[in-house]
Amino acid sequence: MALIGELVVQGVQMTLVLLLAPLLTGIVRTLKSRAIGKAGPPPLQPYRELLRLIRKEPVVAEGASWLFRAAPYLIFAGIWVAAALVPTFASGLLFSWSADLIAIVALLGSARFFLALAGLDVGTSFGGIGSSREMMIASLAEPATIMIVFTIALIVGSTQLSSISAYTASEEIGLRVSLALSLVALLMVAIAENGRIPIDNPATHLELTMVHEAMVLEYSGRHLALIELAASLKLVLYVSLIACIFVPWGMAPPGAGLGAYAVGLASYLGKLLAGGVVLALFEMSIAKMRVFRYAEFLGAALMLGLLGTLLAFVSRSL
Amino acid sequence: MPLTVALYGVLGLAIVAVAGAVTQRGALGRPLVYGLSAAISATLLAAGLDALLGALAPETATLPLGLPWLGARFRLDALSALFLAVVNLGALAASLYAVGYGRHEHEPARVLPFYPAFLAGMNLVVLAADAFTFLLSWETMSLASWALVMAHHREEGNARAGYVYLVMASFGTLALLLAFGLLAGAEGGYAFDGIRNVEHAPAVKALVLILVLVGAGSKAGLVPLHAWLPLAHPAAPSHVSALMSGVMTKVAVYGFVRIVFDLLGPPVWWWSVVVLLLGGVTAVLGLLYALMERDLKRLLAYSTVENVGIVFIGLGLALAFRANKLDWAAALALTAALFHVLNHTLFKSLLFFGAGAVLAATGQRNMERLGGLIHRMPKTALAFLVGAAAISALPPLNGFVSEWLTFQAVLVSPQLPQWGLKFLVPAVGAMLALSAALAATCFVRAFGIAFLGRPRSPEAAGATETDRWSLGAMFAFAALCVLAGVLPGHVIDALSPAVVSLAGARMPVQAEVPWWSIVPIAESRSSYNGLLVFAFSAISGLLAAALIRGFATRRFRRAPAWDCGFPDPRPETQYTADSFAQPIRRVFGTHVFAARERVDMPAPGDTRPGRFRARVHDLVWDRVYAPVAKAVEYGARRLNPLQALTIRRYLSLVFFSLILMLAVLAIWR
Amino acid sequence: MGKIEFDIAHLVAGGLVLVSLLLLYQDRMFALLRFFAGHAVVLSLAVAWQALIQDKPELYITAAIALAFKGVVIPLALYRIVVRLGIHRELEPVVGVGLTMLAGIGLIGLALVVILPLTSAADPYAREDLAFALSVVLLGLLMMITRRNAVSQVVGFMSIENGLILAATGAKGMPLVVEISVAFSILIAFIVIGIFLFRIRERFDTVDVGALDSARAEGERRR
Repeated sequence: MALIGELVVQGVQMTLVLLLAPLLTGIVRTLKSRAIGKAGPPPLQPYRELLRLIRKEPVVAEGASWLFRAAPYLIFAGIWVAAALVPTFASGLLFSWSADLIAIVALLGSARFFLALAGLDVGTSFGGIGSSREMMIASLAEPATIMIVFTIALIVGSTQLSSISAYTASEEIGLRVSLALSLVALLMVAIAENGRIPIDNPATHLELTMVHEAMVLEYSGRHLALIELAASLKLVLYVSLIACIFVPWGMAPPGAGLGAYAVGLASYLGKLLAGGVVLALFEMSIAKMRVFRYAEFLGAALMLGLLGTLLAFVSRSL
Repeated sequence: MPLTVALYGVLGLAIVAVAGAVTQRGALGRPLVYGLSAAISATLLAAGLDALLGALAPETATLPLGLPWLGARFRLDALSALFLAVVNLGALAASLYAVGYGRHEHEPARVLPFYPAFLAGMNLVVLAADAFTFLLSWETMSLASWALVMAHHREEGNARAGYVYLVMASFGTLALLLAFGLLAGAEGGYAFDGIRNVEHAPAVKALVLILVLVGAGSKAGLVPLHAWLPLAHPAAPSHVSALMSGVMTKVAVYGFVRIVFDLLGPPVWWWSVVVLLLGGVTAVLGLLYALMERDLKRLLAYSTVENVGIVFIGLGLALAFRANKLDWAAALALTAALFHVLNHTLFKSLLFFGAGAVLAATGQRNMERLGGLIHRMPKTALAFLVGAAAISALPPLNGFVSEWLTFQAVLVSPQLPQWGLKFLVPAVGAMLALSAALAATCFVRAFGIAFLGRPRSPEAAGATETDRWSLGAMFAFAALCVLAGVLPGHVIDALSPAVVSLAGARMPVQAEVPWWSIVPIAESRSSYNGLLVFAFSAISGLLAAALIRGFATRRFRRAPAWDCGFPDPRPETQYTADSFAQPIRRVFGTHVFAARERVDMPAPGDTRPGRFRARVHDLVWDRVYAPVAKAVEYGARRLNPLQALTIRRYLSLVFFSLILMLAVLAIWR
Repeated sequence: MGKIEFDIAHLVAGGLVLVSLLLLYQDRMFALLRFFAGHAVVLSLAVAWQALIQDKPELYITAAIALAFKGVVIPLALYRIVVRLGIHRELEPVVGVGLTMLAGIGLIGLALVVILPLTSAADPYAREDLAFALSVVLLGLLMMITRRNAVSQVVGFMSIENGLILAATGAKGMPLVVEISVAFSILIAFIVIGIFLFRIRERFDTVDVGALDSARAEGERRR
């Protein structure tokens, strides 16, 4: 009986992230437009776009291989599984132990690997430029991510997301400068990984500065829909990850009653909304960077992560 | 029993080598040599697995070979059994691959006799139980592989590769010889049992460590001793490249582990600092070199350097934990290192097989002349893709598991008492993460440029799929890559006898963990389940495909590429390997390679083409090897006149040398 | 000292190290001055928190001096100098920003490795405070040697002084007299360097310290 309950929670979680993903993207777009005085699309617009794209017949470039057509499914699957393993409204998911924080980051890496290959498959220069830059950003972001994981593991003594959220929600955590540093570093990594301003502009087309859009330039129809959905899912994943590690309050503990799940769900929706608002305001108030300043940006994230680790050692030596 | 089988197997390989020398002219030579090598390797693999999994007691044997009063001692314990299995796994696949690939060999007489000798040398190294046999086998391995590197000695650059390899190999053997001399001490106990029982002074132990790092490290490819590796490995025929990269570097790792973990006694904590730093630097630099490389096989060789770095990071962690009596953590780090040894044998052999197939089909190793091979060689492309994903440490494949285990070992480092190690280990962890991410970049580049896109040369456009034997070897290893990634718990348990013999502890038994997860320390701390990740990804991908194709549309249409409205049909307009690596070169190149870019832009109205030049330097070569070579040359030139003296002068030279030695003796005594 | 008191002290002192590191990251003159003001503000917070938990009211004065003088007056003065002299607004590092930051992290690690084992007998706050203070001092020195610009050298020098104050307050208080004398000496140093700034500017039309070296070389050649 308990197993069925847990299965249901896990299933709800998987569906929830999938259903909420376009909404978050839509909210961010609407807020950004409103904040700069435009009417902007309604928040539900991404759903309409996805439905239309799914129904349309995709146009595949001549000379594209099977990899080009399989990649959207692989990318979507990798990111969806990763997103399903990050606790959102309830901790202690049935399968959350099948991948810890490092494995979740690596799963996103698998999705990125195939996305970059898909960018190279048709043999156009735009696809190549996108793949090359995406891999550069990833190779700079990954050490920073690992340092953040170290800092957290140093304080919590675990890389398991359920254990981490349980610890940060408890009283013994106190105020930690290391956690603050890793929060900032994680925000920077999240911005880079999701291709948001100042690293990449998700609204741009026909510009030499684009990264993600350049890679998926040849995609259309259902393939594009899957990739766009996967990108939205990744954004939800990062917001959930930050919420789960740094603001875990309100999450339903394992085996809780329906009331606790309702509270968990409400607080999760609140956190997502807050994340969307913050992201929109941040993107609105900052300009895009030159490509070769990415290294400095992500290097700073790495430095913050390293500093967090060093400082965590100091406070542990009490 | 397995030891006897193994020794007869080595004898068999020696006979096959002779047979190879005899039958080289006939058409029978190739299938005979490679078929028999494969059969013997399979037997030896079974013997190794039997000794490892059966947890048999160590076996010893003494043969009346070599020095008359010493004999040759052999021993098969858990560590030897593990490496025996790894060596012969690689050898089996390489032999099968060569049955097909060997058809493209235009000089079989230069390959067939040495191939079995090379295998025999590697097998003997892991079985040897005294310093004399060990060094003799090590030298056999080096010389046989050198002969194989020189098989195509008329091709450009190969002669230099062989020369550099020979120099470095002799240098490495010299270092090992000195190390064993120090270990044996004044009594000259050259048997490993004798060495184990002697208590060495700390300074001697430190010196031995350095010498072993030089000796075994140069064979494994540790920076800065890696210089020969990217020259020599690609120069050999591809199945030999696979053996050299996938297997011979593992034999070097075995040499390091055998001496440092087994013979040298309890470690001191600062040893680990040296090993960790070397490992971290090797991991990052190896990949940065690989990213600058256009030659597919040299790229793979540089990536071998990186993977050796990862193995040494694991070994360094194990040393640190063992020096501080944290045996369970040492077991974790050592398991990670040995797991990576197995993984690297699997995917690097696979990738070299793939590169060999490409080379045979197109005659090209330069990636800038390849492209679009996924259409012409779909099966090779699939196998290469699995290898590329595995080496990039992507879940749910095997490369990720060993890197994940290494990260778990890194996360134990706060329990170390030394402050220096506490800070160093996370920094090395960041280097490991950087190298993992760079590996993904490197193999997206390798696969994407060589197999995807449009053909960049007529040879690439006219390629045909490779033969069945080669495909069989590739797909067997691709399947093993998936299997070891999906069921890592079984591999960890299989490695445990070797780990116990070195670390005095083992990781928790993984076979009893529900759902076949792996749990290195405790489930509340970290766990990973390759099987479930694989199953979930497969299910969700298939589910999405079924839903969309079932309820929406399953048709698609072909049209010219869009490319933002400016498609250009010429294949030269594609992204090249160099342009793909350009962002990385910009970020790391100025410091690591002293990279310089020069743009020559014609003035408006001028019709000459604009030019862009990027230069990278191998700073290790420029700063370390070139000065040494110059110094040797200078010395040789100064000594040259000594060759043309009169008899009287020679006699006086001899006379004064004699007087000098007598004087030295008089002063010292 | 209770847990939460320690945590806040740790947070603020760690924050000071972070701001020191961020000073290294700046490549614009005015951003550098703003961050230097921030450095002083964080310092005054740290000192004020020490005053509260050690129950030493005189430390509030130190905090107030740091806030008013180094948080407001000096940055404003430097700002005016930069504007009046029309100094180039971009800072040219001698070594790249990435390498400098890496070196900075290395220095922090070094400071921790040196201080923590040495002071294992001291009370936890004091030793951590000393480690952080040494990091701030080393970062200030690093800034002085990796930046060509005289203004950033002044800023680096004053951030060293901030580190010294952090050390002094954490180690269970220092008499105010000493604090004033330290501040005073810094003031003098500031004036000296200020004049020095004017002088280079008058003489060579730049505040690049490298100009001094070439002038000296020229002088020697003439001799």
